[in-house]
Amino acid sequence: MTKQEAFEKFIVPIGPQHPALKEPGHFEFVVDGEIVTGAAIRLGYVHRGIEKGVESRNWTQNIYMLERVCGICSHIHATAYTLGVEQLANVTVPPRAQAIRTLVSELERIHSHLLWLGVAAHEGGFDTLFMFSWRDRETVMDLLETISGNRVHYSTNILGGVKIDLDEEKITAIRKGMDFLEERTHHYLKVINTDETFLGRTRGVGTMSSQQAEELSAVGPTARASGVPRDLRIDAPYAAYPEFPVRLMLSNEGDLHARFVVRMNECLEAYRLIREILDHLPEGELTVRMPRRIPEGETISRVEAPRGELAYFIKSAGGDKPDRIKIRTPSLCNWGTITSVAVGHKLADMPMLLAGIDPCFSCNDRMVRVNRANQPQLWSWEDLRLYGIEYYR
Amino acid sequence: MTELKLETPWQKALARVRTWARINSPWAIHFNSGSCNGCDIEILATLTPRYDVERFGIKLQGSPRHADVLICTGPVTLQARDRLVRIYNQMPEPKFVIAVGSCGLSGGAFQGCYNVVGSIADVIPVDVYVPGCPPRPEAIIYGVVQLLNSLKGETPDPQAKAVSEA
Ligand code: SF4
Repeated sequence: MTKQEAFEKFIVPIGPQHPALKEPGHFEFVVDGEIVTGAAIRLGYVHRGIEKGVESRNWTQNIYMLERVCGICSHIHATAYTLGVEQLANVTVPPRAQAIRTLVSELERIHSHLLWLGVAAHEGGFDTLFMFSWRDRETVMDLLETISGNRVHYSTNILGGVKIDLDEEKITAIRKGMDFLEERTHHYLKVINTDETFLGRTRGVGTMSSQQAEELSAVGPTARASGVPRDLRIDAPYAAYPEFPVRLMLSNEGDLHARFVVRMNECLEAYRLIREILDHLPEGELTVRMPRRIPEGETISRVEAPRGELAYFIKSAGGDKPDRIKIRTPSLCNWGTITSVAVGHKLADMPMLLAGIDPCFSCNDRMVRVNRANQPQLWSWEDLRLYGIEYYR
Repeated sequence: MTELKLETPWQKALARVRTWARINSPWAIHFNSGSCNGCDIEILATLTPRYDVERFGIKLQGSPRHADVLICTGPVTLQARDRLVRIYNQMPEPKFVIAVGSCGLSGGAFQGCYNVVGSIADVIPVDVYVPGCPPRPEAIIYGVVQLLNSLKGETPDPQAKAVSEA
């Protein structure tokens, strides 16, 4: 954008500290009256350097490090990592451990979707729904706490298996929780589908065609709401998904409303799956022995996080630490959809549109070092700052 | 902190009213200086029906200029450091800081990562530390209550280390 143009446009800056989302991100919306004509996103406030950090920790320590990539989908990060490392070490994890992993990741999906339902409703000004959904979310938080001992970072996975087991008491508790949540989810679906004001905020807002979703490489529920059949649990089943298949939840509308419906249907599907896992929980060991040093090699491990496809590239040089780990998180893939879908909507719709992809910043803030003409440039913090100020002037 | 001159009875009474008002309705602002989200969710959970901090008059709201309490989570990243200091400076006096989570206390799991400056206390003064990864909502509420008690002039629970600035 040249300077001249910048003066003619009215830019609304939001963030990095802002009331709407709980994480720092900076947005600039170019508006013409009330209508947004352009959008830019600036991320990076919570970049911590995890990918580099894991290289100085050993394989076991890294489970805990990688769980803390994100507080919402922590289990799935650890799952992707452990599945990858187990593949490198060529060990087969007992079926009971795989089933428990799957069970916990479905519980996590429920907690994540209910959390999202609340936040998205809050962005739309529907605080009653926010409070209700978070109250019900406590049910699944309690279950996670009962089976693992912590509400957020469950640390269920260890290399070669899981460290928690399910007994009759816990199974009964989970079943009871699922019954309650199923009833509530049906109620939410009814609210989403019938509440006039809510429909006014969601129907036809932020519509993304399936072609657009493909082009912008959207993933997860955001893509599925636009009719793109993309779900790793079905396309490339991992852990216990081959034994416990899930049904694909699709919608063709592509608007915000469809995203609500798809996510709620996924919750319903998760309840079904959890009951099925509990009915057919394989007997046997929970762990197998893992070598301390992982043989040399590279692997890619892909899982379906609540927000979409999560991919880990893991490289081992044969030592007790990884050589390189690259994480590709779903939120970053979905960010691109915002900037193109936002155009033409009212500024007031922006919070909901942002919430619609279920954004999560902590996992997608990363640094890129540019090798220009093979001359790696190292910038000091001060240089970078000055450069940034100049650039955005 | 600016000293209130407590000389005349009138000023003393005024100061008492101010403290009373402050304790009964502290407004909080939340800033994430690089946390993993876990702590932020638990903070948000304290607002929801099961924990409901609003019964203590605590309100989470948007602008630093209206806030008495800064609830801060996460290790401080290089990017967030300047923003954190700016937000802290924008808050009116007297102001209090609650650091939530192991990360905010020490850098936690992210200690040694290249983009992490360290704990919150390395950047701004902190009044209450709430440990845990993440702390349970109960623990966060307990931390806030400790802060409010210390404002009242009560000695904090010996097991809790709420540092009173006043
Ligand atoms: S203390 Fe734990 S939950 Fe909180 S931000 Fe740090 S890693 Fe996340």
